[in-house]
Amino acid sequence: MSEREVLELLRENARYETADIARMTDLDEDEVADAIEALEAAGIVRGYQAVVDWDRLEDERVRAEVELNVTLDRETGYDDIAERLARFPQVKALRLISGDYDFDMEVEGDSIREVSRFISEKVAPVPEITQTVTHYVMASYKENGIELGDGEDDDRLSVSP
Amino acid sequence: MTRSLEPAERVQAVGPSGIRRFFEIAEERDDVISLGVGEPDFSAPWAARDAAIQSLERGKTSYTANRGMYDLREAISSYVADRFGLEYGPDEEVLVTAGASEAVDLAFRAFVDPGDTVAIAQPAYISYGPGVTFAGGEVLPVRTREEDDFRLTVEALEAAGAEAADLLVMCYPNNPTGAVMTRADLEPIAEFAREHDLAVLSDEIYAELTYDERDADASPGAATHASIATLPGMRERTIVCNGFSKAHAMTGLRLGYALGPAGATGAMNRVHQYGMLSAPTTAQYAALEALDSCANDVEAMVDQYGRRRRFVISRFREIGTPCFEAKGAFYVFPEVPDGWDGSANDFAERLLREYGVAVVPGDVFGVGGEGHLRVSYATGLEDLREALARIESFVDEHV
Repeated sequence: MSEREVLELLRENARYETADIARMTDLDEDEVADAIEALEAAGIVRGYQAVVDWDRLEDERVRAEVELNVTLDRETGYDDIAERLARFPQVKALRLISGDYDFDMEVEGDSIREVSRFISEKVAPVPEITQTVTHYVMASYKENGIELGDGEDDDRLSVSP
Repeated sequence: MTRSLEPAERVQAVGPSGIRRFFEIAEERDDVISLGVGEPDFSAPWAARDAAIQSLERGKTSYTANRGMYDLREAISSYVADRFGLEYGPDEEVLVTAGASEAVDLAFRAFVDPGDTVAIAQPAYISYGPGVTFAGGEVLPVRTREEDDFRLTVEALEAAGAEAADLLVMCYPNNPTGAVMTRADLEPIAEFAREHDLAVLSDEIYAELTYDERDADASPGAATHASIATLPGMRERTIVCNGFSKAHAMTGLRLGYALGPAGATGAMNRVHQYGMLSAPTTAQYAALEALDSCANDVEAMVDQYGRRRRFVISRFREIGTPCFEAKGAFYVFPEVPDGWDGSANDFAERLLREYGVAVVPGDVFGVGGEGHLRVSYATGLEDLREALARIESFVDEHV
């Protein structure tokens, strides 16, 4: 299925040119453009972002993984809590998960103080939230499938049999 | 051999590899994008590497049986049966070697007597001819042609006089052309071999790397790999060579294997046990893990090669360079463009010197390679894009 193949290529590198995707998939450029448009229209592709190695920037960027436990009542479901939390721009990712806690939330800010204040003042007071456990990210080694190290040099011979 | 260390005549008869010179030119500049490499740009699957590390941690650093670890031979036996329909018992019909290259060399040393004729379907991997010469045999080139999609045909065998040969060497999917032979293509070749009592050395190192079968719309006649050893009457006259270098990206681990009837692999093992003794133990543990758990890694790599293959062929055609539709391995074999006033060698050398793109001229792969370039797409897409853009500029400037 061509849409699926286009999707895989976009996930590999969203900056591939339409013409290059066409060459790789044996589709013509119009078909690729149509497929991308359809993926976007269907809400399957929700956006395009750079994978950033924040550790290489001089500006401080603080990120935290926050475990959230909640209690539900008849009027309030997981979706309601999620909708409320997801609106905050500090929340970069929010997932309902199985296991020891309910939500896994990624938060970003300019300082530890800012992130801490956000969690204590905006998240913890939500009535259904019974517990928050905050883990500050100390270093990141892989993001979105991309390793953030220096990479392995190509040590192959430049010409070989 | 003399007291002054004069090399033997059969060693002197073999000149330096045509690839070597391009390697030396490429080393002179630091902005070269190389499409001249004959090995994957991926590292071996992590599980295989981890198994190698663990084997070292456990102190598994002794020789193994000459034929290779029994577990590995058993795993190879199951794998080739499942994947290619090849039935070889692990006890006496599988021989683990230091790379498929050692398997090929062992076959020459085990089956070629001085003066024997070895027919080689060309263009071909550069080591076959020298290997035959080192064994004292005579090379008989069998020219395959682009109009036949670089497949070996009976007409080509007859034109070369291969009925008088003692051994036929063939490699499909092919390095350097990317040609693939289907079962239907192989049937007349098998008939020819049976009729003329010809033994066959089938190098199938690229067997996993075919692309048609992965295309959703592959037709029933799609170009997928078949082994000549699976055809009637061929098992007893064929040695199949394969290994972990290409599909499993384990070139540096040097691990391959030969499959053949007990007597034949026994003869090869006789040479192997006095020369190599046994393949590297660490690599054998890596290979065992590769077969056990790395099929998905192989598939992911093949998917990547498949996309790059389409990209590269498409770009060459846009540039106006005729390019045969390679179906396997990780090479394409375009012609030098119409209007280029010189040889493929000149083209490759000037492209490298002026634009910093390394490709290999087809001449070095024997007859039928003239006027072509071997272009490897075992390189990331960004480099392929840049390299093809440079080739386009070079062609615009000179043709």
